[in-house]
Amino acid sequence: MNMIVCVKQVVDPETPAASFKIDPEAKRALVSKDKPMVISPFDENAVEAALKVKDAAGEGKVMILSMGGESAKDVIKHSLAMGGDEGYQMTDPAFDDVDSYATAANLAEAIKKIGEYDIIFCGRQDADWDAGQVGTGIAEILGIPSVTAVKKAEVQDGKAVVERVLADGYETIEVTLPALFTVSNEIGEPRYATLKGIMAAAKKQVTNWSSSDVTAAQARSQMLKIYIPVHEGECEIIEGETAEEAGTNLALKLREAKLI
Amino acid sequence: MADVMIVGEIIEGKLSASTTEILGAARKLAGDLGQNVCAVLLGSGIGDAANEAISFGADKVYTIENEMFADYTNDAYVGALEKLNAEAAPEIILMGQTSNGMDLAPRLAFRLGSAATLDCIDLTIDPDTKLMQKTKPVYGGNAVAVYVSEAKPQIATVRSKTMDPLAQDTSRSGEVVAFDPGLDSSAMRQKVVDKVKEEVEGIKLEDADVVVCGGRGVGSAEAFEELRELAKQLNGALGASRPPCDSGWVPNNIQIGLTGKMVAPTVYIGIALSGSSQHQAGMSGSKNIIAINKDAEANIFGISHYGVVGDYKKVIPAFAEKCKELLSG
Ligand SMILES: Cc1cc2nc3c(=O)[nH]c(=O)nc-3n(C[C@H](O)[C@H](O)[C@H](O)COP(=O)(O)OP(=O)(O)OC[C@H]3O[C@@H](n4cnc5c(N)ncnc54)[C@H](O)[C@@H]3O)c2cc1C
Ligand SMILES: Nc1ncnc2c1ncn2[C@@H]1O[C@H](COP(=O)(O)O)[C@@H](O)[C@H]1O
Repeated sequence: MNMIVCVKQVVDPETPAASFKIDPEAKRALVSKDKPMVISPFDENAVEAALKVKDAAGEGKVMILSMGGESAKDVIKHSLAMGGDEGYQMTDPAFDDVDSYATAANLAEAIKKIGEYDIIFCGRQDADWDAGQVGTGIAEILGIPSVTAVKKAEVQDGKAVVERVLADGYETIEVTLPALFTVSNEIGEPRYATLKGIMAAAKKQVTNWSSSDVTAAQARSQMLKIYIPVHEGECEIIEGETAEEAGTNLALKLREAKLI
Repeated sequence: MADVMIVGEIIEGKLSASTTEILGAARKLAGDLGQNVCAVLLGSGIGDAANEAISFGADKVYTIENEMFADYTNDAYVGALEKLNAEAAPEIILMGQTSNGMDLAPRLAFRLGSAATLDCIDLTIDPDTKLMQKTKPVYGGNAVAVYVSEAKPQIATVRSKTMDPLAQDTSRSGEVVAFDPGLDSSAMRQKVVDKVKEEVEGIKLEDADVVVCGGRGVGSAEAFEELRELAKQLNGALGASRPPCDSGWVPNNIQIGLTGKMVAPTVYIGIALSGSSQHQAGMSGSKNIIAINKDAEANIFGISHYGVVGDYKKVIPAFAEKCKELLSG
């Protein structure tokens, strides 16, 4: 079983709104010096999903693919430390500032270059652009079936059986292989890297590709502008001698405002 | 003439709320472009929903009815819409930011050689270029970006509760056309073999007038039972931020936020949650936001109308007690 997981390095999504800043020239978030970038959280779930399939099969290879700057190596190493087998990194100015279509097309080209695969896993959406398109896009470009928001993935009799999260429940879908799945957090907590895993990952080579190895695709959409929305208004803090009294006063306040 | 097309969804024989919202949005865009609105309904047993779409603003409704579309799979839906696009050649295609819409939109866009923008909160027509400008939150809602694409059809999904439906008018007239995409069912690579409904009892979270929402700081499944009681007492529904769902204290389907439910109640009470941008994405449209958090610096206070800084374990029982007294008195 050959699996490819697409992971992306992003500005920490837990960055509090107060310290979130935009670089207006680059039209993207400023990376703060004291807050390292992280693996996009759903991509970590995607690595977990692949490792679960590998565990169940008792065999298989999990290849980690990331397109980004030099530092994208950190999230590849992180995924290798969790249990991934091989790393592939795409770094080139021609891969920067592309839209979801070109991102998907570039990753699909790299996947063709990697060659053999049975399952590709992506996150359901990235924590930076929140685009939610690249996974399905890769599948469409490669001409393979896809299922989004997957919370369980298993392989049975040469087919995948996956559970897809719906607004009020889930559905079970049988899919022919090869296929691509985008993974949701319901798949379960990503495993921690063990010390042994971290040491093994440090030794693993990461294959590097530039636009001379993978032809860069043209974007189909443009971002016109990006801004931080302003919020007006004040919060009225309800006080009390004790926390209990503040609770009582809050109820009185809401009654006064005719809200209860 | 090119149209603004919407892909509708039917729930228990009726158009979903988000479908009526998209029809409202499509009417506005079509007005600015001087075009018509057409709706596409796929499924088996569409019945009266086609007329309902007309009463909410469609000029023309394509029905694609076949067992193959009873369950959503992107192989079947993208295939059918690809065929319909070749015939109808719409300028714009809109759908809801729902489980199916977010799966369908990018795949359809890439199949048709165009681009999509998902989870839009505003759609306008640029008067000069006549292109659709698509506004969408990015970075979990910390920022907002505007996108445009020249490739046709321009495709977008719309976040629920951000656009207004037209008032239903059953006297509106329109045309209903059955469309047969002529797909081969044996070529479908996905098959839905089971569907499990996990519905929450009581008032539906998305429709509730009062939402009591707990966060990581609530601490346990047992403590959530008290919040559930409070929600019931206020005639509302219980919601949660993501960590309580991930921890299994509450079911996943009451998660509110970017990747959960979108709510916009009259009263939202957020308890022991920090108010991350991703959570705010699902509730910032609430009319009155009340926060209880022991940390005066928590983000949630930034968008709240009323707040209490303190331990919820002390604040909430007293609050619930007083509410009970006020509501019975
Ligand atoms: C792409 C993406 C999508 C996401 N989608 C969602 C989503 O849809 N919904 C969602 O909610 N999250 C989502 N998240 C996660 C989000 O980033 C936050 O991690 C999450 O919302 C934090 O939940 P919280 O506020 O409950 O927890 P925390 O941020 O840990 O906050 C807990 C709060 O409780 C307070 N507290 C603790 N104990 C007490 C007490 N006894 N009394 C009073 N206050 C107390 C603390 O002061 C703190 O402010 C998403 C993340 C990503 C990257
Ligand atoms: N630059 C990238 N490198 C590797 N994977 C990516 C990249 N961009 C997007 N992806 C994958 O596509 C998923 C969806 O991304 P998006 O459509 O941008 O929300 C992510 O969760 C990743 O799995």
